[in-house]
Parts: sequence; C-alpha cells; structure tokens
Amino acid sequence: MSKPVTAPSASDIPRRPLDWLPVALPLIVAVASLPLIGNPWTWLTLTIAGLAMGMIIFTVSSGLMLVFGLMDVLNFGHGAFIALGAYVGLSVLMPLTPWVEATSVLLNSAVFALALCAGVVVAGMVGLVFDRLLIQPVYGNHLKQILMTTGGLIIVEQLIRAAWGAETVSFNLPASLRGSWLLGEAAVERYRIVALGIGSAIFLGLLLVLTRTRIGLMIRAGVENREMLEAMGHRTRHLFVGVFVVGAMLAGLGGVMWGLYLQNFTASIGAQINVLIFIVIIVGGLGSTTGCLIGALLVGLTTNYVGFAAPKIALFSNILLMLLILLWRPQGLYRVVDR
Amino acid sequence: MVDRGAPLLTLDKVETRIGAYHILHGVDLVVPEGGATMLLGRNGAGKTTTARTVMALWRACAGTITFGGRDITREDAPTIARLGIGYVPESMGIFSDLTVAENLRLASISGHLDPNRLEVIFNAFPAMKRFWLGRAGTLSGGQKQMLSIARAIVEPRRLLIIDEPTKGLAPAIIANMVSVFRDLKATGVTILMIEQNFALARAIGDTVAVMEDGRIVYRGGMADLSEDDALQRRLLGLSMSAHQ
Amino acid sequence: MTEHTQAPSLILRLLSGDLPRSRVLTIILITIVVGLIVAPFFIPGARSLNTAAKILIFIALVASYDLLLGYTGIVSFAHTMFFGIGAYGVAIASSRMEAGWTALAVGTSLAILLSGLLATVIGLFSLRVRAVFFAMITLAVATAFSTLMSQLSEWTGGEDGITFKMPQVFQPSFRLFEEPVFGIVVNGRILSYYAILVAVAMLFLLMLRIANSPFGRVLQAIRENPFRTEAIGYRTVLYRTIASVISAMFATLAGVLMAIWLRYNGPDTTLSLEVMVDILLITVIGGMGTLYGAIVGSVLFMVAQTYLQDIMVLASKASEHIPLLASLVHPDRWLLWLGLLFVLSVYYFPQGVVGSLRDRARGG
Repeated sequence: MSKPVTAPSASDIPRRPLDWLPVALPLIVAVASLPLIGNPWTWLTLTIAGLAMGMIIFTVSSGLMLVFGLMDVLNFGHGAFIALGAYVGLSVLMPLTPWVEATSVLLNSAVFALALCAGVVVAGMVGLVFDRLLIQPVYGNHLKQILMTTGGLIIVEQLIRAAWGAETVSFNLPASLRGSWLLGEAAVERYRIVALGIGSAIFLGLLLVLTRTRIGLMIRAGVENREMLEAMGHRTRHLFVGVFVVGAMLAGLGGVMWGLYLQNFTASIGAQINVLIFIVIIVGGLGSTTGCLIGALLVGLTTNYVGFAAPKIALFSNILLMLLILLWRPQGLYRVVDR
Repeated sequence: MVDRGAPLLTLDKVETRIGAYHILHGVDLVVPEGGATMLLGRNGAGKTTTARTVMALWRACAGTITFGGRDITREDAPTIARLGIGYVPESMGIFSDLTVAENLRLASISGHLDPNRLEVIFNAFPAMKRFWLGRAGTLSGGQKQMLSIARAIVEPRRLLIIDEPTKGLAPAIIANMVSVFRDLKATGVTILMIEQNFALARAIGDTVAVMEDGRIVYRGGMADLSEDDALQRRLLGLSMSAHQ
Repeated sequence: MTEHTQAPSLILRLLSGDLPRSRVLTIILITIVVGLIVAPFFIPGARSLNTAAKILIFIALVASYDLLLGYTGIVSFAHTMFFGIGAYGVAIASSRMEAGWTALAVGTSLAILLSGLLATVIGLFSLRVRAVFFAMITLAVATAFSTLMSQLSEWTGGEDGITFKMPQVFQPSFRLFEEPVFGIVVNGRILSYYAILVAVAMLFLLMLRIANSPFGRVLQAIRENPFRTEAIGYRTVLYRTIASVISAMFATLAGVLMAIWLRYNGPDTTLSLEVMVDILLITVIGGMGTLYGAIVGSVLFMVAQTYLQDIMVLASKASEHIPLLASLVHPDRWLLWLGLLFVLSVYYFPQGVVGSLRDRARGG
C-alpha cells in the first residue's frame, strides 16, 4: 500500500535566480582599469598580481567570515594567526635552506608544503588557546570581545618580536617558485600563479564542504539561525570551536603565503592585514563564502591597480571601494545572515 | 510506551527573567501524556516565554521543569531536544537558504531520513514532496509552517511544543492542520500548543491552561471551558464561539 | 547607606552633580589635583615635569574616550586619529606660518573643523549598520590616515615629524619673573604647563557637565538597551553620532595641548597603535563610564610606565643568560605586559579602580 518515495522532477522547483552582478564586479573593475593603466602588458601583470593577492586575502579572511557569520564573534586578533603563520613558515624554511635553494622541484615543493603545514598546525593550536581564553569567557558581549581580542593581537605580536626579533625579516621563495614566465611582454611571476591555484583550491574545497557535507549543512543553518539549530538537537558549541580553529588554520596557511608574497615583513604583518580583512568582510557580506572571495579579489585588484597608478592613496582606494559597495548594498554583496 | 494521563511535562513555580524584565512569575503547569494541552491567554501573558523556557532557549531563574520524570531545568537546548521534545517556534525557524530536503535532513540526528516517517510527512504535507529540492525561503507562509512541523516530527518525539501554528494562515490550511494534529495525537505524541485561534483549540485540545501576567490562572478540561461562556469571557476576553 | 556630609553647593555645581561618591576616591583625587598643581615646584626636573604634562594631556584624551566607550558603549579605534589631527593641525600651522598665537588659533580651528567633519561622516555612515562594524571601519580609517600622514612628508615631515615653535610666552627662554619663585625659574615651559593644566581642568569639567546632562543620560540608556531607547523615540544613530563628534573634538583639543607641550609631532607621538592601546588600557583600568577613571588611570599609568620600564631594564640585564626571558622583560616589550594587563583587566576588573572604590563605598 505504501508508495515509494520519489523525488520530484527538476521542473517543479522554483529556481532562485543567480545573483550574478557581484560576481561580475571584479571583471568590471579589471576592464575599467585597462584604460587607466595604459600598457596592456603592465595591466596583465597587475591583474594577475591582484588576483593572487586577492586569493591569499580570501584564504585568510574566509575563516574570520565564517566565524563572524556563525558565531557572531568578531576576532579582532585574527591577524595574530597570519603573523604566526608567516614567522613559523620562515622558521621552517631557514634551517632547510639547501632544500630552498635546490633546483629540484620536488625538494622545493616539499619544503614549501612543510612550511604551509607548520603554519597551519601552529595557527590552529594558538586558535584553540584564543577561543578558550579570549572568546569563550566573554561570549555574547561584543564590547569585551573586541577589547579582549585586540589585546590578544598585541600580545601575540609582542611575543613574536620577543622570539624572532623586531627587525624586518626576509622570506626567500623556494628556487623553482622564483622568477616569472613571459606572457607576451608581461612578466607573470610564478609564485603568483601558484598562489592563485592554492587559493582557488581552497575556495572550491570550502564550497564543497559547505554544500555537500553534513557539517557544512550545520554551518549554513547555524549562520542563519543558531538557536533553531540547537533546538533541533545539534550541539553548536563544538561546531563553533571547530570552525574557529579551522579559520585560524586557514589564516596560518594564508600567513605563510602572504609572507612569501611580501618577502620582507615585520611582526606587524598581522595588524597591517587586519584592516584589509575587515574591508573584505564588510564588502562580502556576513556568512557568504562567495561574497568573501569577490570582496578579496576586488581588494587585491584595487590595491594593485591604484598602487601602480597612484601609490599614495592605495589604502584609501580600498576604503572608498568599501564605502561605494556599502552605498549600493548596505549588508554587503551577499546577504546571508538575517540580523 | 505511552502512559496516557500521567504527567509528561511538569513546570513547578518556574520563573524567567529577560534582562530587567520579570516575565514568568511562578508557572505551575502539567501536561498529561497522550493528549493535547492548549496554552491560552492574551498577548504578552508569557506563553511563548514558557515554551522557550522549557526548551532552555531562555533560562529559568527559579523553579523546576520535569520531563518524563527527569529534571531538565539545567539542561541545554540540544539535550532537551534529544530527550524527545520537538519545538515548532512562532517564527517557524526555517533555514531559508537550505532546501526543504536539507531542512528535514538536519532535523534528523543521524542524518538519515526514515522512509516511513517521510511518507507520513508527504501524506500530511504534499507540498513538501513537490518542493523537495527547492529553497525553503521560496515557500509560502503555510508551506513554511508545514515544513516547521514536519521537521519536528522527523524524529520520533514524546512531546511537541507548538507555538501559534496557524497565525496568519488561510482557513482552508487551518482545517488541514486540524486533521494533521488529530493524526499526530493518534500516534501517541503529546502536544503542548499555544494558540489564539479558539476554534482550533477546541477542536484538538483535551486539557487547557490559561496564562495571565506570567502565571497560570486556570487549569481544566477543554470540554468544561468550551461550555462555560462566562468563564471564557472572563479568562480570554471573549467567548470561543465568537472565533470560527 | 553610608552617611555623607553634604557637599557645598558650589562644588556640586562645578562637578555637575557627579561627585566621587567614595571617601577614598575623593582623597585620591584631591591628592592628584594638588600634586599636579604644585608639581613644577615640588618635584623639579625636566623628566617629572614632562610626566606631569603627559598625565594632564592623557586625562583629557582618556576622558573624551570614556564618553564614547564608557557612556555610549562604542568601541572606536579612530581616537588616535583625532588626537593626531589636533597635534598635526598646530604643528603644520606653526611651521608653515609664523609661529605664534595666530598660528595656534588657525591650526586649532582647522583641526576641530576637520575632526568634526570626519567624525560626522564616519558616524552617520557606520553607526547605522552595527556597532561592531563601526569598530572595524574606524580601524580602517585610522590606519589609512596614519599611512597618509607618513606619506605626505612635505607637509607632515613623514616618519620624522615636525618641530616647531610656540608663542613667545611658552618658549623656554621666556622669563615671567626675574627672580626664581620657590627656587624655580618661572620660564615658558612652566607657563605652558599651567596653561595646559587650566585647559585640561576646563575640558574635564565640561565633559562632566555633558555626561550628567539629559543628553548624557540618553547615551547611557542607548548603551544599556539600544532597542528600547529607539522604541521610546530617541534616534540612536543621531545620538551616537553626536557623541562620537563631541568625543572627537575633545580628543583633538588634547592633541593641540600635546603639540603645545612637545613642540614636536610625528606619527609615533599621536597616531600609533601603542597610543590607542594606552588609551584603552587607562579607560578600562581607571573605570569605564566614570570620567574620574581617566584621572586615576592616567596617573597610575604614567607613573608605572616611567618606573616599571626602569625595572624592566634591570631585569633584562639580570636575565641576560636566559635568551627568551631576557627578550620578554626587555623594556622594548613594554607593550606585551601592557597587553596582558589589558586583557586581564577587561575580564577580571571591568569596573576599574574608580568602579571598585565606589562599590566599596556603597557597601557592596
């Protein structure tokens, strides 16, 4: 008597129209900048640099964005994980200089991967400590959260200075990642392409986890309505710590990559990129991975284009970008969280 | 094992504060197993606060809550849900960005949907089957309400706490809901329902409790209350027959 | 309820009805005030005078921040920016025009104007969204401003900053009296110190007046429960914006005073993150939402900073053979211990010194 349960056909379902306008934004910015830059080859170099930088910024911001959307926690100390990643990566590469300088792609890749792993692990552990000591005790109190995490950033930065010194350090790329390929008249740096690849892989990975796994389902639901998720029997506390730690790990990974991108940095590297991350999060919208990516790409592109055309106002141009987007969509490019 | 008539959920002198406001001033409520208890009262009486306090979404600052013989006053919401209480909030709590299928899958602790229960749901709410892969946010008000109830019954529950399920719904849909709730009762599930629609309350309610100013001011059988017009007017401000 | 002797009505009006409400606190405050008044004569030496002047300026700066953080409940990272605008305003005016009262007036007015404008724009824009976004945006704007100041080296002297002169009365070579008073020559430095003292006193009393006005009470209501306050009919965005503008202007005036005292300004003096942390720390330790906390906190902080750093130098030398320990207690790592103290205060000691003293006086 019981009928088999069949899924309805695809034509029955009302489809949400894909919000493509924000996706087109980086394209629009890139195309609009071509006349401003003039030389198409320079433009190409800058565009790739911008995209690579954007990918790295996405990597470090994605964790913070999820944590903010899911837990309503704003970790002003997120830059600490990035700084740690960079310095830990540096510490891994320095004793292994022969591997770094070798011309073997295998050795280079191995040492690069090792640096990335070290950054991820250390950042993850510190993330756990951050959550336990700075986030959990004042959960729910935004004011104290901001204050405590800012304090955390300062403490970590100072500890880094104590351990590694306050001078500028140099971070050398593994040999086979150095140099550029020639595309017509444009010099495209190898490392930037690698960064693009890694960042894209992370983005796809995040999307897959969010849309295809049960954990991703819980995260997406929790971003929308944490209370209901709990009332349905799910323990969100563990989910949150997990997301926070993964966010920290991604920041550590991005930190290694960012350090290699800059090649020279100090312990303030975390605090400096904090500002860019906040701009990305505000632009992207709470809880939206795609929004975060687009925001990051926009920031990367803007920084590079303006950095070439009018270096003094580079940081301002990002703020201007943020203001313009907020005027258009006050909740960010993609509004997911209903607050 | 349904022990009809025995108290399933008991609130004893429960008080709740939200910020500076003292909402519940000592609620004494007994929900007998196997029937439907209607929680009535004017707006602002504290009905939703009571429901949320039971689900530990707000903490009781005094009193005890007992479920199936177990003290759940200090437990957290996930534990209470897993003990067998399903919650259908006033705002429905639908995850708009997830599909209907994902909403239901999330409601199952194991992650797998029992095909038998799924069929029960599809029979009661055909729209769920139609919009299976659709985004829950695109559903109509009535359909969202159905999804919210469907979610609560994906897992076998001993008690369903339902907060104003018919608010803003068309009469035809409400009539459908009456039969759904009657079917649910037949399966042995206990229902605690907050409702302003007195016709619905009378149709499915067995016992009734009336709240006013954070306290229970009347307890009794639904049959007794629905026959006493004067009592209705005194407690609820109008008679049940006035609401169809 | 402890017995209070009724304060004379003049004092009540001066303090806008906001008494210390604690005998211990009253004694401490009177000691501090007297100490600051007689400092040039009783604690001679350039270093101590410098510390005293810094205390005064920070009192004004931190009190203005307390209006925002303590009374309105908003975290802003742009306070150093307004502080810097005041200092740079005077600095640029005094170095571009002929140093004197006109330059001072021009610099101050332009600075106040700019601060008011910026605070209004930032406030109207971001206070509408969420308080947390406000913090992020202020951080972004402040960082951008700091970078800008470093880069516009033609005007601002870049990383090195600008040195400039003050009106003749404030110059060190100026002599008010021929003979030394109480053994101290009353020169331009002493005069500028007292000018700053008077200015800070007036600013502080003005802030007390604002905090205890109906406007101030609305701010506190917004801090406690913004939704309810909005529901009653107060437009919270408007009030918050006005509060941030007022706070910014007072900070700018503090910056002006800083420039008058140092006769130098650079990015590290006013715009650095370290100054922002100092402000945050003093506000929290002194006691949020008390204004008196700024006085107590600034004194504690400046004294600690001077003497603790001396101790740190000794400790660093003593632990030379333990590498990590040596670098941890090195005076350059002053900010590390500050940060730790800050985090501990926010969590364990949010009511601050003044808050605790008042609690104790209440019998709590």
